Amino acid sequence: MKRLRALLIKEFIQMRRDKLTLAMMLVFPMVQLLLFGYAINTDVKHLPTIVFDQSLQQDSRDLLNSLTSSEYFDIKYVANSFQEINDAVDSGKTKVGIIIPPDFSENLKHGRTATVQVIVDATDSLSASSAISAAQLIGQLKSQKILLQKMQGYTGHATQNPYEIRIRPWYNSDFVSAFYMVPGIMGVILTMTMVMITSMAIVRERERGTLEQLIVTPMKNWELMMGKIIPYSIVGYVQVTVSILVGILVFDLPIRGSLGLLYGLTSFFIIASLAQGILISTVAKTQMQAMQMSFFVFLPSILLSGFMFPREAMPLFFNLLGNILPLTFYLQIMRSIILKGVGFSIVWPQVLSLIIYIMIALVISIKKFQKKVA
Amino acid sequence: MITLTNVTKYYGTRMAVNGVSLEVKNGEIFGLVGPDGAGKTTIIRMLAGLLAPTSGTLTVLGAANPEKIKEHLGYVPQKFSLYGDLTVMENIRVFGALYGQSAEKIDVVASHILGFTNLMSFKDRLADNLSGGMKQKLALAAGLMHQPQLFFLDEPTTGVDPVSRREFWQMLFKLNKEGTSIFVSTPYMDEAEFCTRVAFLHNGQIVSCDSPEGLRQAYPYKVLELGTKDRDIKEHLKKCSILDINMFGDKYHLVVEDVTLATTQIQSVLGEMNIENITLEEIQPTLEDVFVALAREVF
Repeated sequence: MKRLRALLIKEFIQMRRDKLTLAMMLVFPMVQLLLFGYAINTDVKHLPTIVFDQSLQQDSRDLLNSLTSSEYFDIKYVANSFQEINDAVDSGKTKVGIIIPPDFSENLKHGRTATVQVIVDATDSLSASSAISAAQLIGQLKSQKILLQKMQGYTGHATQNPYEIRIRPWYNSDFVSAFYMVPGIMGVILTMTMVMITSMAIVRERERGTLEQLIVTPMKNWELMMGKIIPYSIVGYVQVTVSILVGILVFDLPIRGSLGLLYGLTSFFIIASLAQGILISTVAKTQMQAMQMSFFVFLPSILLSGFMFPREAMPLFFNLLGNILPLTFYLQIMRSIILKGVGFSIVWPQVLSLIIYIMIALVISIKKFQKKVA
Repeated sequence: MITLTNVTKYYGTRMAVNGVSLEVKNGEIFGLVGPDGAGKTTIIRMLAGLLAPTSGTLTVLGAANPEKIKEHLGYVPQKFSLYGDLTVMENIRVFGALYGQSAEKIDVVASHILGFTNLMSFKDRLADNLSGGMKQKLALAAGLMHQPQLFFLDEPTTGVDPVSRREFWQMLFKLNKEGTSIFVSTPYMDEAEFCTRVAFLHNGQIVSCDSPEGLRQAYPYKVLELGTKDRDIKEHLKKCSILDINMFGDKYHLVVEDVTLATTQIQSVLGEMNIENITLEEIQPTLEDVFVALAREVF
């Protein structure tokens, strides 16, 4: 215990002296949360739009009104030729081009299909799919209205929709992106600090030779590891606290589940991330390598964990690949507790996965570490 | 204290230590001398428990497993390896505690050791801001808190100024007198003279191992010291019966078998060339002469 205490004291003195890293560890979560929380909104609205209306009748104006009032399309330009539409989309001035043919109104009146062409810049698939589904929905609604009017004309009384699908978006009924993002960002920030800073801190000890000086003391390997795990866990907890506070104070993040449970289960993720960092440090020879390898963990964590892209949409292989990343499980735990308000009885499989991960990573690390010394 | 029996160490396919056998007794200052790359660091790292030999056996303080005796050892590596972002006193406290010493005991021992190493006035300075010599003294001091029975030092004075080197060795003598055995590697021959026994290591093998006096006596040649301002002596004396010519400071050491014969030849050659103001006398061989001869022979 005396030896472990000495290591901890040393670690805290070093942290206190390295003000830049300390500031980064504390300010980083805040900045990231504000950036991601405000900037990322997956529901793309107000796409700049150019319209070439060759019909110029009441019907075409009516359709354009419906499109603009959906808030998905902002009509910025009016074109007088196809070429103008091409140029506007090519140059990126607009994301959407709407072309209404001259016979649009005529076709409607005579009960024929009136076609409207919507050109979407699909270089950005997210805004493209927003525009496409909005345009389709508006088209269907308008068609439905006309059909119902026709039916009424035949039968003489108002007709009801045959189907009505009632949707209840649970947990985040207003689709606030921040509710979804904040727990995710907390996980990403923890991954970044825990994996990168830990692996670099250990490799720095090796580079400077201080690790060698530690090894010649009677200190045990587990004491050495605890000497890193405990201080950085505390840093992790400070980050979590900062993130939750920013979440609550800035984004009105509801914490529906138990905060105590959230804090308790966070320890498994922190230790799993630290174990990753320690594992990297047994392989990396320089701090530079440690940083590069951390990114090797970091990028898949962002892409495959479900932080940004839904895991359900991933091909099986990548879905499984995501299963070896601690962040995947932590995100599920966090979103479940924060947004769904569920308890341990629901999230225990994820906790178990993290425990298995920790055990495997630490066993490999200790084995590799011993081999390196021997 | 230490025994090595036929110890060999390979790094991959490269052999660093080749069948070394050694015995170091209690109370010695044992010097491991040799050129860079001879295997000095590898041997010390094996003894300190940082490396395992590829083959052969070694025991330190009677134990084959270094884990058991680590608390009785001290180790100062070649490169400064304490925490640069901790102060002198913080480093001493951390390493003292890692060796299981209580805070009170560390403070008592530290004030004594910092006193005789002249580090007292720097005790709150960050280790990174110390000079090279002070860093080495700090490394030594930090390793002394637990009063080890055996201390390993790997080239502790490399890159240290001559005054600090002298002070450092004074500390080692004092330590040795208080009962600590010392195992030190050094590339400096003048430091080898300070050791009770010296092993000369070359290409991973021990070429010779004896007391400095014993090594000198075993030296089969005579040494003539030639003082001259001329810098082409090697060229001029090519035809004389001289085995080897080495520069020592501003003088030359000439290795010869027959002093009278060589002296006559040299005087006549240099006389013919009108090279004047020379001094020529036979001297006791230094350890450097001995090691140069040993190194040449094993080539």
